[in-house]
Amino acid sequence: MAAFFSFSPFSNIYTFVSLFFLRILQPQGDHIELHRKRHGYRPDYFERKRKKDAREVHKRSAFAQKALGIKGKMFARKRYAEKAVMKKTLAMHSEKTKRRKVEDNVQEGAVPAYLLDRDETTRAKVLSNTIKQKRKEKAGKWEVPLPKVRPIAEDEMFRVIRSGKRKTKQWKRMVTKATFVGPGFTRKPPKYERFIRPSGLRFTKAHVTHPELKCTLNLEIIGVKKNPNGPMYTSLGVMTKGTVIEVNVSELGLVTPAGKVVWGKYAQVTNNPENDGCINAVLLV
Amino acid sequence: MASGNSVMCLLADPEGKPFGNPLYLPQNVGPSELNILVNNLQNNDEKFPYAFYVNDKELLGQLGAYLLENNVSVEQVLKIVCQPQAVFRVRPVTRCSATITGHTEAVLSVSFSPDGQHLASGSGDTTVRFWDLNTQTPLHTCKGHKNWVLCISWSPDGKQLVSGDKDGHISLWDPNDGKANGSPMNGHKKWITSLSWEPSHLQTPSRRFASASKDGDVRIWDSMLRKCVMCLTGHTLAVTCVKWSGEGLIYSSSQDCTIKVWETSQGKLIRELKGHGHWVNTLALSTEYVLRTGPYDYRTYQFSSSDEMKEAALTRYNAAKRDSPERLVSGSDDFTMFLWEPSINKHPKARMTGHQQLVNHVYFSPDGRWIASASFDKSVKLWNGSTGEFVATFRGHVGPVYQISWSADSRLLLSGSKDSTLKIWDMRTRKLREDLPGHADEVFSVDWSPDGKKVASGGKDRVLKLWMA
Repeated sequence: MAAFFSFSPFSNIYTFVSLFFLRILQPQGDHIELHRKRHGYRPDYFERKRKKDAREVHKRSAFAQKALGIKGKMFARKRYAEKAVMKKTLAMHSEKTKRRKVEDNVQEGAVPAYLLDRDETTRAKVLSNTIKQKRKEKAGKWEVPLPKVRPIAEDEMFRVIRSGKRKTKQWKRMVTKATFVGPGFTRKPPKYERFIRPSGLRFTKAHVTHPELKCTLNLEIIGVKKNPNGPMYTSLGVMTKGTVIEVNVSELGLVTPAGKVVWGKYAQVTNNPENDGCINAVLLV
Repeated sequence: MASGNSVMCLLADPEGKPFGNPLYLPQNVGPSELNILVNNLQNNDEKFPYAFYVNDKELLGQLGAYLLENNVSVEQVLKIVCQPQAVFRVRPVTRCSATITGHTEAVLSVSFSPDGQHLASGSGDTTVRFWDLNTQTPLHTCKGHKNWVLCISWSPDGKQLVSGDKDGHISLWDPNDGKANGSPMNGHKKWITSLSWEPSHLQTPSRRFASASKDGDVRIWDSMLRKCVMCLTGHTLAVTCVKWSGEGLIYSSSQDCTIKVWETSQGKLIRELKGHGHWVNTLALSTEYVLRTGPYDYRTYQFSSSDEMKEAALTRYNAAKRDSPERLVSGSDDFTMFLWEPSINKHPKARMTGHQQLVNHVYFSPDGRWIASASFDKSVKLWNGSTGEFVATFRGHVGPVYQISWSADSRLLLSGSKDSTLKIWDMRTRKLREDLPGHADEVFSVDWSPDGKKVASGGKDRVLKLWMA
């Protein structure tokens, strides 16, 4: 390896292999350029350079044949990459002379003439079969984007609220995660309410992303379908990461194969709403 | 109301000309009695059904009931407008009788031949296909185009089909064997947006047709010589629609917000109709349905000679035109439409506003009474065909409405939309008559056959659906 370290670029024999090393061995400073500017080149410089470069090819091939072991393998790999690039450029240059089948410029996504000059966002295909959906609903099984979520312990979900004259009673709990209460929600009388859902953590809208259209819409939440942490959280309307909620999609203008207009679809929450202050969900199509 | 009372009535035709002197009619007279009366007054050989309108409201019950409802004084002469209706009735289609696959890309246009015997469709897979209506299966597949087939058009005598594609090439096809009449004709530099044949009462058998393209020209081709005979340049942006009128003029609408009127013997520009503020998307003529179906109507489908066809076409055209000049309606991206009488005046007759999104397709009813407009604001609006006044809105679609089509008797209107449904609207009740779901994706093109029996629709889901009553 030491043989490759040479500080004079002219006498560096194995320039091709030590391109990597050459970068380390570049002259420090510009004294070479300065000398060339001041005194010009040697009279035979260009001829010698031309002849030397012509000899490089032979030297290279001699090295390729003689190199053994890891050195040989490394060189072979580098050489192969160069060969592939060279073949491609040659093919490109000879394209003009070759005869070729006429290419079809037919693009996908044919639209009629009245839609040609307009950009329309591409629509997702119409929904899957409603019967299959109903069956899945019954079974309670869903193919969801987030199948597993981190289980949330009860002491993380609820905070104990002390009440009573001496603040000794500890039967009240306050929910610390985002919740959804319906539009007709009225609190129970404070004396009897066990679970407090603070209004600051109540959300009515979610940012729902359509996975195929890749667009995000702000849609109203209709209800919480299932919270993976337990049926109690589902009934409370708690929305954590992985919860399946139902959103109002009448904006999208979807129609079932039977011709009915779809206005509610399921979506799964993908972020932690209590940390972000908003609910991001992905639509389940 | 006592049935002995009578009202002074003046019966008039749709243009306002009275049928005679005012008559005293008893108040228990209803539409059926008025029908007999008008037929006798007109000395009609065949009894035509009429619809009666008082102050633009249809008279459905007895005269007396109408007077009571609207508190009309019996001292004034009541003007009753009698609109002749088509003798035959088209039944609304209710079910999808066949879903025919065949195209491998979206179906972009669907069209019945003028005699209703053949059905053709053009698609994004570069083929034009003919379909057999009796067995509801594919008949011929015509390959020849190299890019999406954007528009197709039947000649009014039903003998040829012309198709235009995205490269600007035009091909002629024979419906009987599905073969092309020669290689595609080039001339346009960009895609073809619209095709229109010369009416058969001006020339039978049909030879010339006009094509409009994105490159801004309108070219007139001769199908027998197979070349372009005239090139009408003048538009600065794409020409969106071209129509050959029965008076021998060509109307072309363009994205440069103007409509140009050309004459066909030398290709000179006669008039320019300005007024729109944005692209003009579509044009419709009051006699368009008659020009499209040529000599064929619901009674006769066979003709022995081309002279006979020409005469039949001429009588049909004159009956539809009825002494008034042809009217043209144009729909635009500026959400409005204009009603013009282009052969007389370059100023519009009426401006029709009301849509909240761009107007994509307008169509006169076959008898010229109504204008229907389909818009991207998910509604279809109905307007009076002679004055341009707004009549009714049809709401029901949940996506932009792309195309509309009338039934041959002008009683039913069909609309196809991006939400994959087709809907049929009734003109008498002004409400939804039938809902036709079934397509899996957007519906790009709809057509009602001229004999009224079938509806064909095609769209992005690549199947052609045939609907029957």
